[in-house]
Amino acid sequence: MSMISVNNLRKTYRVHVKPEGLKASLKGLFRRRYKEVRAVDGISFEIEPGEMVGFLGPNGAGKTTTLKMLSGLIYPTTGQVHVLGYVPWERHHEYRRQFALLMGQKNQLWWDLPAMESFRLHQEIYGIEDARFRRVQGALTELLDVGKLLHQPVRELSLGERMKMELIAALLHSPKVLFLDEPTIGLDVIAQTNIRQCLREYNRDEQVTIVLTSHYMQDIEALCRRVLVISHGQLIHDGPLSDIIDRFATYKLLSLRFANGDWPEGLDKIGEIIERSRPSVTIRIPRDQVADRTSELLGKYAIQDFSVEDPPIEEVIATMYSTATDRNKHQRHCDGGSECNNTTDSESNMANA
Amino acid sequence: MRKYAVVFRVSLSERMIYRGDFFLSALMHFIPIITTILLWQAIFDGADVDKMGGLRYREMVSYYLLVMVSRLFGSMPRLAAGISTDIRDGELRKYLLQPIDYIGYLFMLRIAHKMMYMLTSLLAYGLVFWLCRDFLPQWTNPWIPLYYITSLILAFFLGFSIHCVLGLLGFWFLEVASFLRIFMTMHYFLSGHMFPLSLLPDWLHGYVLWLPFAYETYYPTMIGLGRMNTDQMLEIVCIQFLWATAMLGLARWMWHRGLRRYAAYGG
Repeated sequence: MSMISVNNLRKTYRVHVKPEGLKASLKGLFRRRYKEVRAVDGISFEIEPGEMVGFLGPNGAGKTTTLKMLSGLIYPTTGQVHVLGYVPWERHHEYRRQFALLMGQKNQLWWDLPAMESFRLHQEIYGIEDARFRRVQGALTELLDVGKLLHQPVRELSLGERMKMELIAALLHSPKVLFLDEPTIGLDVIAQTNIRQCLREYNRDEQVTIVLTSHYMQDIEALCRRVLVISHGQLIHDGPLSDIIDRFATYKLLSLRFANGDWPEGLDKIGEIIERSRPSVTIRIPRDQVADRTSELLGKYAIQDFSVEDPPIEEVIATMYSTATDRNKHQRHCDGGSECNNTTDSESNMANA
Repeated sequence: MRKYAVVFRVSLSERMIYRGDFFLSALMHFIPIITTILLWQAIFDGADVDKMGGLRYREMVSYYLLVMVSRLFGSMPRLAAGISTDIRDGELRKYLLQPIDYIGYLFMLRIAHKMMYMLTSLLAYGLVFWLCRDFLPQWTNPWIPLYYITSLILAFFLGFSIHCVLGLLGFWFLEVASFLRIFMTMHYFLSGHMFPLSLLPDWLHGYVLWLPFAYETYYPTMIGLGRMNTDQMLEIVCIQFLWATAMLGLARWMWHRGLRRYAAYGG
């Protein structure tokens, strides 16, 4: 049975449209205009126990909204979700005991108290036995190397140290499912690496199912074999990260090093030259022409060394997002008669929105 | 229910950090009382009457002193505002994720806060009451201490549930702060904090005494003054209990309705 199963999930928000200007604002006191925003627009996926899945998408794509629905903070407009067999937004205590949501920009720890006090509080709230608490807390403290900071008030810790404490607090009750929203945001490289390593080991040792959003591709590359890419509320990719490159990278990068220390003329006919540093050059070549062009070059010139590489993953993802955006725009234009975007205006007499 | 006991212990140690603040604010609370007492002295002198609203000058002074004691139990600084900010800023999320009840959690937090406050302000209160010892009422009815303490504890429950209701309005209104300010001003008057409600003209008196707010300050204070007979005291604590239960029920209902709304809108 899947750990997480999501079926045709949708979430539509009604947002208040605040027009500019005083006159319009006054009018808005009596008649408010609303528009509907589709934050999540019919996504479906299954996640198996022990999987570690990356959740990618540009800002506002619907990642956080989806995580909030999975953790039961908000109701969907339509669709079904089961996590560990529970419907999250029914918020059973039993469900809440078995998962954790960690948001990089929100804190759970008591600001004025040492982290250890908050941990003890978690122990009681989740009913963790003393022996298990000591074991888990000890292991995590060691893994993240924060033993010395446990008894210092949280407000005196650095951002990275605080985030490590937050992570420990989230893992104390040994959740079976862990949702992480930008766990490494704002952290330096060392702290990022530490947290990544902790997550990897934790996932391996405890077989925890992890869903992770991040804007740092290193997080995803290091941790997730499978990625879900969401754009405009729709799932546009579900599979290994490498598949994204196969599907969306339209070119490869060919690096050449010439034997005589200088470039020949006419290289720009082969492809777009994106970097020159004597005696090497990097050329962008369409994927389907890589073999032909390479053999052509090798036959023509004295080449000391060459390599063919995929473009950086960040670039491919950016291409993918913009492709999705274009497609989305196109679709919306074709959708309805006079109303060409997916927002519908509604008016109502409201006093208490 | 051990988890709520730990909430209590942890928040107690958090409050400890602010013990200096507590002591000072307790002392500061007495300053307006002194000016009020001086004002009443002038009024009694000028009016040349024996009693006002059924109270002699001495009783008037002790009314204000005992109001301070009632407020020690019934006032809930930053409770309502805290709830509405938790709702608005999404801090509520933290309590929805964990297997804990938000209102129960706030309740333990408040008890810890109150105990810490009482402990730190003991010195300030002791000092003022010692200085004013001649003004304090003589209790003749042996039931008074029992009813007085009961009514103070119920004032705490009532104050807590009323402020929960106010704070939970944050589910429906984005900005509760200005409403709270207006309410607090009204409350200062309606609870009998500003002056004894017996001073009100008859037509208003009846209505105001019906409201729950009178049971937060005015009635417990009147019990402490020894102005109520045993039957009246019993009636007062019963009504206090009913109001507290009703308000807590309202708060619970609002919590459930509000959460549905919260969950539909954002979170």
